[in-house]
Amino acid sequence: MALKVEHELHERRKGRNYGVGLLLAGLIAIVFGLTVVKVLQLGDARKFESYDHVQRPQIIPQETGE
Amino acid sequence: MTDTSLHNAGYEAGMGDYFALLKPRVMSLVVFTALVGLLVAPTPVHPFIGFVAILCIAVGAGASGALNMWWDADIDVKMRRTANRPIPAGRVTAGEALGLGVGLSGFAVVLLLLTSNLLAAGLLAFTIFFYAVIYSMWLKRATPQNIVIGGAAGAFPPMIGWAVATGSISLESILMFALIFMWTPPHFWALALFVKSDYGDAGVPMLTETHGRDVTRKHILVYTLLLVPVALGLGLTSIGGPIYLLVAAVMNIWFLKGAYDIWRRNDAAATADNYQVEKQVFKVSLYYLFAHFVALLIEAAFRISNAGGL
Repeated sequence: MALKVEHELHERRKGRNYGVGLLLAGLIAIVFGLTVVKVLQLGDARKFESYDHVQRPQIIPQETGE
Repeated sequence: MTDTSLHNAGYEAGMGDYFALLKPRVMSLVVFTALVGLLVAPTPVHPFIGFVAILCIAVGAGASGALNMWWDADIDVKMRRTANRPIPAGRVTAGEALGLGVGLSGFAVVLLLLTSNLLAAGLLAFTIFFYAVIYSMWLKRATPQNIVIGGAAGAFPPMIGWAVATGSISLESILMFALIFMWTPPHFWALALFVKSDYGDAGVPMLTETHGRDVTRKHILVYTLLLVPVALGLGLTSIGGPIYLLVAAVMNIWFLKGAYDIWRRNDAAATADNYQVEKQVFKVSLYYLFAHFVALLIEAAFRISNAGGL
């Protein structure tokens, strides 16, 4: 069974498909970039910790031994 | 409004046709004024956040352009200036324009909300609603004041840019809004004077059709006179300064003189020289707006370099 069946629609819509692909890639890049910028701007964790963004004491290394 | 009546079945729409639905030339003005609004604001914005915010404003404006073309396809086909737009030319169906317009509006508003704040996103949503529904659907075909009130849609972008940076509305952003708002009527009426038969054929009640061309000439002068205090007043706020005031003084005299020339002559004279004065004033009106916003940018650049010490 041929895995690559060419339909004339593939050729006809090629430009559009590439265009939509590029736009989606651009959207992903923008959302990723925004995430990086916004997270870097957060600064001190204590300023934004709230219900599920709380620092967990159990993962902070204990200073005293036993 | 039927999709099939205009669509050319043998043609496959490409990306360029969809892009044309977003009115790229209007978009460039929106990008410029929104960018100035954002840059002259007292609060600095991270460059990437600023870039995404401007992109959202541009896409939102483009989406409202697509909605306008969907709604107005029936009159666009009758006007020479607009007959080659994607829908009247049969390259894109009206339904596709509607889908693109609604889809991109949602994307732009939500992404702007995530990028900046609720006020900026709300203003963008209102701008789209204002242009697509209030202007295109309700006013454009109903009243000769269509241009006056519809101009508000084009006046919002610097206010949105300012809101992205500051999260608020202030005297400066209201005056930037007012500058474009008051500028739009004389700008468009100058255009209407030399493309008059077009609007008449399509049954759009431009002032030139409903009240005559001499009344339009008077309106251009009156609105330009009302524009002057707004333009000069902006120079007295925190974002103005001597450079802005100088530019504003020169541009306002130039524009006023053009408006006066338009008012002074009648259509017989205009037909004789093929509407040379009207076309010239239309061009001056474009320089006018551009120069004011460039001057605001220059003032902002000086403020930043002064604040940076020396």
